Amino acid sequence: MTLDASAISVGAVHSAVVVTNLTRTQIVQYAGASGDYNPLHTDEVFATQVAGYPSVFAHGMLTMGMTGKMLTDYVGDGRLTHFGGRFTSQVWPGDTLTATATVTAIRAGSGVPEVDFDVVTVNQGDIAVFRGSATARLN
Amino acid sequence: MTAARFPVEAGHIMTFARAIGDFNPVYFDAELASESEVGGIIAPPTFVQASAQFDADYPLRPRPGVPWFGSGATPTGRVRDPEPTTTDGPNGIQNGGTVLHAEQHYEYHRPIRAGEVLTLTVRSGETWEKQGRRGGLLHFQETIVEYRGEDGELAVTARGVGVRTEQTVSDQP
Repeated sequence: MTLDASAISVGAVHSAVVVTNLTRTQIVQYAGASGDYNPLHTDEVFATQVAGYPSVFAHGMLTMGMTGKMLTDYVGDGRLTHFGGRFTSQVWPGDTLTATATVTAIRAGSGVPEVDFDVVTVNQGDIAVFRGSATARLN
Repeated sequence: MTAARFPVEAGHIMTFARAIGDFNPVYFDAELASESEVGGIIAPPTFVQASAQFDADYPLRPRPGVPWFGSGATPTGRVRDPEPTTTDGPNGIQNGGTVLHAEQHYEYHRPIRAGEVLTLTVRSGETWEKQGRRGGLLHFQETIVEYRGEDGELAVTARGVGVRTEQTVSDQP
């Protein structure tokens, strides 16, 4: 269902837990689906012994993909006109991520209302792992 | 190089959606999707990243005859270059040794649909440098990828920023 612009106002907040206890297997699933097999994400031996990280860590695009699920569940399918941001901290196996969209503007677009959102995804320690923005065309 | 041609397949959308933990039927159930507002299976917002699958020279996938840098009998299959690999990846992210994804931005001109074939054009954007918080210089490279439909019209514009670090980046003690 598409979000109705008349049902929200500036400052409205929507949050969703997008992953609980992220598994190495889900990171491997993402590697397989996206085609990004960088061993930093999928190969514990390489990540720890060669690259010097404490473990493998998630692709930034997995975090962004999970954040996108929060957005599309909220605004509806095929409604986004913009989605972007920065990867501000690494995501590790075991992390639980919560993605939040906050309405920053509601504009009369070309015939339909356009809504801007501030987007942030945090881990279980409330550290931001992704910060960005999105725009959706609503009803 | 980046794939020039990206066939958008329903099974690929399904496995991608599963990988990001998104079980919305609009990504796998053709019947339900056809009765929905969007009228058929569409791709999740970050799906175009998976165009890497159609890049024959994509450096972050093992390729015949090229030693893979992940572990096998030894922790890495090749001696690391003093300068990390900086081959362009999908959405222009520079990939390799210690190149990480710093930013990603999408403009959606319309939804991407199962069954269509997208054409990619890639161009380099800006480059800049910044001093890292934990020392070491960070080298940023922006790349813009345009995904067009069979009508030649823009479907998605992707702007990625890769960062090459001179040392391991970790916020975990």
